[in-house]
Amino acid sequence: MRTIRFLLQKEFKQIFRNKIILAMILVMPAVQLIILPLAADYEIKNINIAVIDNDRSPYSQRLITTITASGYFRLTGVNSSYDEAFGLIEQDEADLLLEIPAAFEKRLIRENENTLFIAVNAINGVKANLGAAYLATILKMYNNDLRLELVPSSNRIGSQPVIEVASSNWFNILMNYRVFMVPGILAILVTMIGGFLSALNIVKEKEVGTIEQINVTPIRKHHFILGKLIPFWVLGNIVFTIGLLISWLIYGIVPLGSLLVLYGFVAVYLLSVLGLGLLVSTICETQQQAMFIMFFFMMIFILLGGLFTSTDSMPEWARFISRLNPVSYLIDVMRMVILKGSGFSDVLHHLIVVAMFALVLNTWAILNYKKTS
Amino acid sequence: MKQFITFLKKEFAHVLRDRKTLLILFGMPVAQILIFGFALTNEVKNANIVVVDYAKDESSQKLLAKIEASQYFEIEKMVISADQIEKAFQEGVIKLALVIPSNFASDLAHQNHAQVQVIADASDPNTANTLTNYISSIVLDYQQELTTNAGIPYRIMPETRMLYNPQLKGVYNFVPGVMALVLMLVCVMMTAVSIVREKEMGTMEILLVSPFKPLMVVVSKAIPYLLLSLINVAVILLLSVFVLDLPILGNIFLLFAESTLFIITCLTIGIFISVKTASQQVAMLISLMGMMLPTILFSGFMFPIENMPVALQVISNVVPAKWFYIIVKSIMIKGLGFSGIWKETLILAGMTLFLLVVSLKTFKIRLA
Amino acid sequence: MDTVIQTEKLTKRFGDFIAANEITLEVYKGEIFGFLGANGAGKTTAMRMLCGLSTPSSGKATIAGFDVYRQTENIKKNIGYMSQKFSLYDDLTVLENIYFFGGIYGLSDKQLKEKSTELVKRLGLEREATKLVSSLPLGWKQKLSFSVAVLHEPKIVFLDEPTGGVDPVTRRQFWDLIYEAADQGLTVFVTTHYMDEAEYCNRISLMVDGRVEALDSPANLKTNFGASSMDEVFYQLARGAKRGD
Repeated sequence: MRTIRFLLQKEFKQIFRNKIILAMILVMPAVQLIILPLAADYEIKNINIAVIDNDRSPYSQRLITTITASGYFRLTGVNSSYDEAFGLIEQDEADLLLEIPAAFEKRLIRENENTLFIAVNAINGVKANLGAAYLATILKMYNNDLRLELVPSSNRIGSQPVIEVASSNWFNILMNYRVFMVPGILAILVTMIGGFLSALNIVKEKEVGTIEQINVTPIRKHHFILGKLIPFWVLGNIVFTIGLLISWLIYGIVPLGSLLVLYGFVAVYLLSVLGLGLLVSTICETQQQAMFIMFFFMMIFILLGGLFTSTDSMPEWARFISRLNPVSYLIDVMRMVILKGSGFSDVLHHLIVVAMFALVLNTWAILNYKKTS
Repeated sequence: MKQFITFLKKEFAHVLRDRKTLLILFGMPVAQILIFGFALTNEVKNANIVVVDYAKDESSQKLLAKIEASQYFEIEKMVISADQIEKAFQEGVIKLALVIPSNFASDLAHQNHAQVQVIADASDPNTANTLTNYISSIVLDYQQELTTNAGIPYRIMPETRMLYNPQLKGVYNFVPGVMALVLMLVCVMMTAVSIVREKEMGTMEILLVSPFKPLMVVVSKAIPYLLLSLINVAVILLLSVFVLDLPILGNIFLLFAESTLFIITCLTIGIFISVKTASQQVAMLISLMGMMLPTILFSGFMFPIENMPVALQVISNVVPAKWFYIIVKSIMIKGLGFSGIWKETLILAGMTLFLLVVSLKTFKIRLA
Repeated sequence: MDTVIQTEKLTKRFGDFIAANEITLEVYKGEIFGFLGANGAGKTTAMRMLCGLSTPSSGKATIAGFDVYRQTENIKKNIGYMSQKFSLYDDLTVLENIYFFGGIYGLSDKQLKEKSTELVKRLGLEREATKLVSSLPLGWKQKLSFSVAVLHEPKIVFLDEPTGGVDPVTRRQFWDLIYEAADQGLTVFVTTHYMDEAEYCNRISLMVDGRVEALDSPANLKTNFGASSMDEVFYQLARGAKRGD
């Protein structure tokens, strides 16, 4: 235990002496937590629409007004030709174009039906799909309104059964996307800080040569690994705490569930990420290598961790990987405890899995750290 | 020139000798393309929902059958009462609950109006929204089946065409993004770190006192990464054409020329960072935190830029990846020629020149 | 005389390359043993095996009575090591480095306090004690490394080119430190390129291409090779070397 005390003193001194790194550890996550949720807004709004109005009738005017009044669309302009409007799509100035045919009003009344032409820039499939769906809904509303005016009321009373869907949204009544993103992003930041710092640490000693002086001492391997683990574990918890404070101060997010459960889980989780980092550190010879390998894992973990897209929607193989992905457990637990107030028993399964990761990875790191080559 | 080749050989030897890094260098784009192409989808599928069916009659069964038939849902076969829903949400086992009241069929038959209740776990607002919409449209379908009268007057029928990506595949959006991401990573991080590494190890001084021009020292460090990056571009393009079925509509030479420009931009950023920093860890953290995340965020391939606050929209303009992303999208997917992207090209070239001049100035000052 | 290092046909291979080839030697207690050889002759490899940093490919060796294969951790309790490359922590102060390594070797708080004050005084580093090691000139760094290596009073200390790149005055002072330690019964195993330093040793061995080609006292070696100086002995032996730069 005495050895660990000396190791800890040394690590903490080194961390606090390197002001640039320390500032980055503490400030960068804070800045990112403030900025990222603002940027990571997946809600589809502000869809740019270009309208080619070949009719220029009161009806077409009214349609355009209905569309712009909906709040989803931004009218980039009323164009006179399809080619002109298509140019806007090519330039990314318009996402969607609506062509109102000539004599739209007349033919609608005479022939009882008419067709509108919609073209969507579908490179971003999701946005295209939703944009088209919004526009279709607006058209339906507009159509209904017209019908109400045109058809005498006596004919309208039908026997159409109606099933009403009463929907309610729990836990996030305002459907604020940021509320959803903040805990997830915090999870990622804690992971990145812990993972990268630990991955770079031992390998730095190798590169600089100080590890030789350590290896020639009778130090126990698990003492050495623990001495590396604890400081970053503490730092990780500090970053996490700063993150929680920022979520509260800037986004007004207060964990619904117990802080004890949250911190308890993060404590175990950090051990697993740090274990991975230290393992990578023992495998690599240079910091560049360590960073790159860590980055590779982080990238896969984050992408498959369910931060942006739900893990449920992934194909079977990807869901399998995400079950081996510590990050996805943290993101899950953060959202459960912070947003839904889940309790200890709800996250117990996650906790056990992450504890297993921690155990395996740290044992592996200790075994892989060789004092004798 | 002979000296230059000697230097170049040394740099290539460094890069090629480090097998682990090399493996990741080439494994990264492959993994990313596969993940983005096959694993990530913004669609919501296989969502676990629970149906609390108080009615248990023919109408409710029919509605249930319709929901079961949809690929979007996995109905949890559990019998819970309405007040256990919150617990189920907290355990995270379901995303949505549909409650069919006991008088569902009778209301429908006698009053022509019935109600079902949908409760969504809106901690994830997107999923909640999408699932509620799915349910609504299934209910609407069911309702339409009940409706007998046809011939609605004054119908406006939209005819929608999806341009460029008729199947609405996610890869169209992701491939250009992955290209920007991988190039950024390889070029910025690798150059920055490998130059700072020589500084840290003290070997930089040896190089600088050699009769060789310092600028050339830096250039010879950048060239291996330029070549590796071009190989990566080729790999990504091959994968996207043959594995993801994403054809390249525009001119492939133009695409490579523009990629080369962007690679040079990134290399210059890497050099710039290396001139400004003294330790590998700082260089890494800056290129990672300072470059990677902005690239992911502000290039617009993950999140729509127009949704961001104005200040961030302005910031996004200084992110080179944003412009490269637009260029790749335009060439690959829209099939535009140079006339369609000259503006973006000019901006990238301007950025590169600016960074180059600034880092060279700083570099000289350091030496003096 | 007590034998503290004993090796028999100790060999280390890296693939096809035999870095250290069947090294057999004995080092006695309290002796200053010079381990000489050209660059690339295999000195560092051999020394790393003796310190328990590298596992031999074949052969036998005991250090302070412990086996280099099975008892490396016991060896480490009984030796000090100063590597060729400065390997104390640059971002810690002089005192912090002393405390850290002392602590790792299990010195008590009281011992640490006494030892560090004494050490700083002996090295004349009173004013630099709380400065970062990175700000020290190389010579002082080397003296500090040596002192840290013998802090826990080991039986043997291994010094890998301890005076490389150091000015003559500092080198002289460094050797004073070595003598002082040897007088107290410490065995010193040292590699060097400086032939004048070789003369300070009780016995020396000369390595060429991974083999020990000569082993004796400096005086005997000069006689045997009919040379007037160690320089000449070295030149005669190293001339045939195929490795090195």
